[in-house]
Amino acid sequence: MLLAALAAGDPRAGEAVYSRCLACHSLGYHRTGPRHCGLFGRLAGSAAGYEEYSPAMKRSRLVWNESTLDRFLADPLKTVPGTTMTYAGIEDPRERADLIAYLKQEGKCPAS
Amino acid sequence: MSSFLAISSPAQARRLFLGRSALVLSGAAVALLAGRDVLAAKSGESTAADVRILNTALGAELEAIAVYQVGAESGLLEKPVLALAVQFQGHHKEHADVLAATVRKLGGKAVAAKSKYQFPVESLKNQADVLRFAAGLEKGAVSAYLGAVPLFANRDLSKAAASILGDEAMHWAVLRNALGENPVPSAFVS
Repeated sequence: MLLAALAAGDPRAGEAVYSRCLACHSLGYHRTGPRHCGLFGRLAGSAAGYEEYSPAMKRSRLVWNESTLDRFLADPLKTVPGTTMTYAGIEDPRERADLIAYLKQEGKCPAS
Repeated sequence: MSSFLAISSPAQARRLFLGRSALVLSGAAVALLAGRDVLAAKSGESTAADVRILNTALGAELEAIAVYQVGAESGLLEKPVLALAVQFQGHHKEHADVLAATVRKLGGKAVAAKSKYQFPVESLKNQADVLRFAAGLEKGAVSAYLGAVPLFANRDLSKAAASILGDEAMHWAVLRNALGENPVPSAFVS
């Protein structure tokens, strides 16, 4: 039961966790880091219009889903050595699950 | 411009610290905290990794400068708040200058400001909107530096990044206070 709740994540709690990302990211537009809308199912290093990817991220061959995001968010530099997301990571699995739930809920790009 | 690594002695740093105007004090303070001259910086992967961390921080600082420029030019900020925004922008400029100088000192190429930044200007209708947007970015900066501090191979850089973190946290608190919110909502930041 607990594992299922952890896996599901709480998007409302995830929004608070996402506040940690706001120096570099937003949902809707590219900043120092790429935008997060359209993230799920996207090949890492491939967001259209974002030019600042590290070679490491482009080479990673990760496809963003719950599993790969969980791994990356736990330890970005271990998961993608050489990434420019130079952040120690989110240790708490609950916080990662909440953040992933938020990204999933809010992650649709507006129609252009 | 002094880099994090350029001050050869505490006495020199203190002279520098005391000799600067208030406008550039935080840059001098950062240099003071960084302390030692490691011109003989180790080459190799650990230095390259430190340069990546510094450049990511530099990119975010350059964007923060642009954000405050948007806020200052929006016409939405009243005089005392406008002065605050300009002051905070000045801090970010100092951070950026020191970060860029340190990247170069370590043999790296400092990232440049983007020719164009995208901000949600359409959602900024009044002073509170601008303050809330800036507060969110400052909170994010606190978290970003907190996530960077343990990553540096060079502990002097960790110390200096922690110094910037403290400045960003003060910005965040002051902006929250200006919004009528609890300026220090918790005992810890994350």
